Amino acid sequence: MPDYPRILPVGEAAFTVEFGATVDETLNRQVHALDVHLRARSVPGLVETVPTYRSLLVTYDPQVSRADVMRATLTDALNTLTMADLSESRLVEIPVRYGGEWGPDLADVAAYCGLSAEAVIELHAQPVYTVAMLGFAPGFAYLLGLPEALATPRLATPRLRVPPGSVGIAGAQTGVYALATPGGWRIIGWTDLALFDPGRAEPFALRAGDRVRFVSL
Amino acid sequence: MLEILAPGLLTTVQDAGRKGWARYGVPSSGPLDAAAFAAANTLVGNPPDAAALEITLAGPTLRVSRECLIAVCGAAFDLWVGTLPVPMWHTVYVRAGRIITFGARRGGARAYLAISGGIALPPFLGSQATYLPGGFGGLDGRALRAGDRLPLGGAAARDVMQRAGRAWPTDRRPPYTPEPTLRVVLGPQDDYFTTEGLATFLNSAYRLTPEADRMGVRLQGVPIAHRGPTGIVSDGVVAGSIQVPPDGQPIVMLADHQTTGGYPKIATVLRADLPLLAQCLPGDSVSFTAVTLAEAQRAFSKPCEGCE
Repeated sequence: MPDYPRILPVGEAAFTVEFGATVDETLNRQVHALDVHLRARSVPGLVETVPTYRSLLVTYDPQVSRADVMRATLTDALNTLTMADLSESRLVEIPVRYGGEWGPDLADVAAYCGLSAEAVIELHAQPVYTVAMLGFAPGFAYLLGLPEALATPRLATPRLRVPPGSVGIAGAQTGVYALATPGGWRIIGWTDLALFDPGRAEPFALRAGDRVRFVSL
Repeated sequence: MLEILAPGLLTTVQDAGRKGWARYGVPSSGPLDAAAFAAANTLVGNPPDAAALEITLAGPTLRVSRECLIAVCGAAFDLWVGTLPVPMWHTVYVRAGRIITFGARRGGARAYLAISGGIALPPFLGSQATYLPGGFGGLDGRALRAGDRLPLGGAAARDVMQRAGRAWPTDRRPPYTPEPTLRVVLGPQDDYFTTEGLATFLNSAYRLTPEADRMGVRLQGVPIAHRGPTGIVSDGVVAGSIQVPPDGQPIVMLADHQTTGGYPKIATVLRADLPLLAQCLPGDSVSFTAVTLAEAQRAFSKPCEGCE
């Protein structure tokens, strides 16, 4: 087992800071804490950061900050890190129509989990989730906090087009599609909240670190 | 105005790319061969990051509505302005109304046509770079079609016209070859591979498969052995990241890459060497050599390094 956190080179212009190797709420909080910490300071040479479940990608301009300088900056940040208080992060409510044409896989998820469709909806709309990361496609939000009872494997054959606004389950994860893309997640519902609107001052409705609650319509 | 009379196989508008949106799942996009792109812009007197055309495998036919300078750099194409053959890697004066024709491709995969004043489409998330999988950027997020008309930026100044005839020095062009050796920095997940797997990666040649596009390039060769798990919890990916899925066949990510990925990444190609990969075709053969992070940073150059 390696010692965490560790700072690993991603080529000559990025580091990834790994806090662990698993999907874990505590690790993800550390990722967001480091992200908030770095973004609150003007770190010379910092280009952008990409928070993920258990690591933070930090890209930088090596002509402004050499690797040893950036590594030292990251080490210092890790040493002085205070946990970001996620209870102060935004809470975004996402209205969802579950089942039927809005959630074509709801019945299959219910059958797999040995629950009624109503119970699946109730369980899914209960927790306050955390946006662990955005990735896979623009605006696709991976949420932490799915009740274990709802874990369902992906579709054997991914759909060629999942409409934007689709709410899905894959394994122990739940997530929301912001753009129409191919996808293998089991779709249990749909939201008319525009997760991506390029005309808005903030084009993406969700940010990594946000808290999310689904509201069943 | 730049009018597309015939689009070629895959011609898109690209600028230097979108920065700051990777945290939302949006890759930078931009030119796959950043060196040729910046050279073309510099030759016509544009800033090195101005929007230009990326031309893939078969070139377009274009008409300009005003007098301008053009430069085409990257993959080698026969090129005409009107009936006159003109060289690549040169600043070429084009009269209003003249037709620019691409002919046979002599080598490489992607060429860049820059035009004085630059292409001036409305930016999307701060950039004109076309991102085809997301359907945004460039012109309506798509490849160009016959009949498209692209607005151009401010007319070139008279003194800019005096640039016509300039050549990009041969020794500042990327050393394109169908068998490049790409420099890499090992990691971040090189510890997911056996010692033999790492040796295989660094001592074998890998062929480009037909699955090679702006998102990435699948390679085929001696499988690289994982030590244990063949997947990771998804983490951040950059252009140049080399993912190794369970079959041991490496995938090099390019400008339109997904921002996160779940395969262990054995190494990252130096940005300075990505233009060499961008010009490779299916069947070409690439190999990898490891350099230290300090060496990689000495090799780092902005695409406009050496710009006038």
